[in-house]
Amino acid sequence: MDWGALHTILGGVNKHSTSIGKVWLTVLFIFRIMILVVAAERVWGDEQDDFVCNTLQPGCRNVCYDHFFPISHIRLWALQLIFVSTPALLVAMHVAYRRHEKKRQFRTGDQKCEFKDIEEIRKQRFRIEGSLWWTYTSSIFFRLIFEAVFMYAFYFMYDGFRMPRLMKCNAWPCPNTVDCFVSRPTEKTVFTIFMIAVSSICILLNVAELCYLLTKFFLRRSKKAGNSKQQPNHENKEETKQNEMNELISDSCQNTVIGFSS
Amino acid sequence: MSWAFLRDLLSGVNKYSTGIGRICVAVVFTFRLLVFVAAAENIWKHEHDEFECNIKQPGCENVCFDHFFPVSHIRLWALQLIIVSTPSLLVVFHVAYRENREKHHNQKLYKNPGKTDGGLLCTYLISLILKTGLEIVFLVLFYKLYNGFKVPHLVKCDIKPCPNTVDCYISKPTEKMIFLYFLVATSCLCIVLNLSELSYLIFKYSIKCYLKRHVKKQQ
Repeated sequence: MDWGALHTILGGVNKHSTSIGKVWLTVLFIFRIMILVVAAERVWGDEQDDFVCNTLQPGCRNVCYDHFFPISHIRLWALQLIFVSTPALLVAMHVAYRRHEKKRQFRTGDQKCEFKDIEEIRKQRFRIEGSLWWTYTSSIFFRLIFEAVFMYAFYFMYDGFRMPRLMKCNAWPCPNTVDCFVSRPTEKTVFTIFMIAVSSICILLNVAELCYLLTKFFLRRSKKAGNSKQQPNHENKEETKQNEMNELISDSCQNTVIGFSS
Repeated sequence: MSWAFLRDLLSGVNKYSTGIGRICVAVVFTFRLLVFVAAAENIWKHEHDEFECNIKQPGCENVCFDHFFPVSHIRLWALQLIIVSTPSLLVVFHVAYRENREKHHNQKLYKNPGKTDGGLLCTYLISLILKTGLEIVFLVLFYKLYNGFKVPHLVKCDIKPCPNTVDCYISKPTEKMIFLYFLVATSCLCIVLNLSELSYLIFKYSIKCYLKRHVKKQQ
């Protein structure tokens, strides 16, 4: 059980997302999770072992480390990524529930069911409308909230995004104000800035996706109020084409991600 | 054998769960398992090496660590995740028993072996009660073993061979405390979800029974 399992779950959601959602997912996996696992964890790997204080007093190093790093950067990022990925589970569950309902309709031989066999139901891509629209939009909203909260927590806890080389500590049992040296401060600063930048890009993508969904929603409503009955087939054909293009993009993205993670 | 086995096992059970049961499993997986593997395990990785006592007496650190951490937080957490997931096996076994029985008698004994009704419903309810009970047992165990969910940064130790009362410092106490609170919060959330699923099922089936009886009386 690791990030690979998360990738499997979210990959399932990918099919039903918008194009921006698919880009967000790719950015999340390649630029955040992969960087975290492949690079960042190594940089922070020896953080306490190589945190050195200019004193022989036993316990001083432990206490100073705990005082300056109440929660390590790497753990905060891991939590951020888990929290940010979880709203997508809501969408996955909603889709699974819809699929379950369609299968039930199919089995009871309901007239409403338009599918010919169970395989078709399994492969079907659901459009983002109705209750699924609300689930999807609220998942994006929660994603935004979590990203913003974690970025603020980061800024608040570490007084900015820079990792200093030297910290002065006078917590008990340190006998006086003691110099403590952080390991690899420049490398950590570089990775911190990188993760913050990608976080900001993800926030922008989420905002764009939210605006796109809201715009689509209001346009659809105004079309329904107007004369949408005249050309329903033409609209459906255009949307089917867009769906096919989205699928092609998502499949090529998924292949790239799978190639990287294996 | 790894956590993937547990994940596969629980996703197999998922088929027989109610809507709330599925949410609970999702919560268990994403928050608890993923946080445990991706974040928490690394915090407790070098806990013994980084446990430092203000003394040079050989053996004193070992004895003090063993006294204050009879079972490490992280191991107790792992045990909790495994043991709390096992009552779901009861449901899997019962369904397998039903299917086996059908095969043995070579005839259709049940309308649908996987549908929660009658005996399978009882098994499912028992598994929910067991899950909730085990969660509560582990929370109480955590509380009793470590005197609450706080991790102090300093503990005083005077066990032989330490010559006197010695100060011992725990590594990363704040980070450990944050993750312990996280564990408690997700545990409580799962307890609430289990109880709501239990009450929903009891309510649903008692209404069903009542209506059946009512219809029979009218006839």
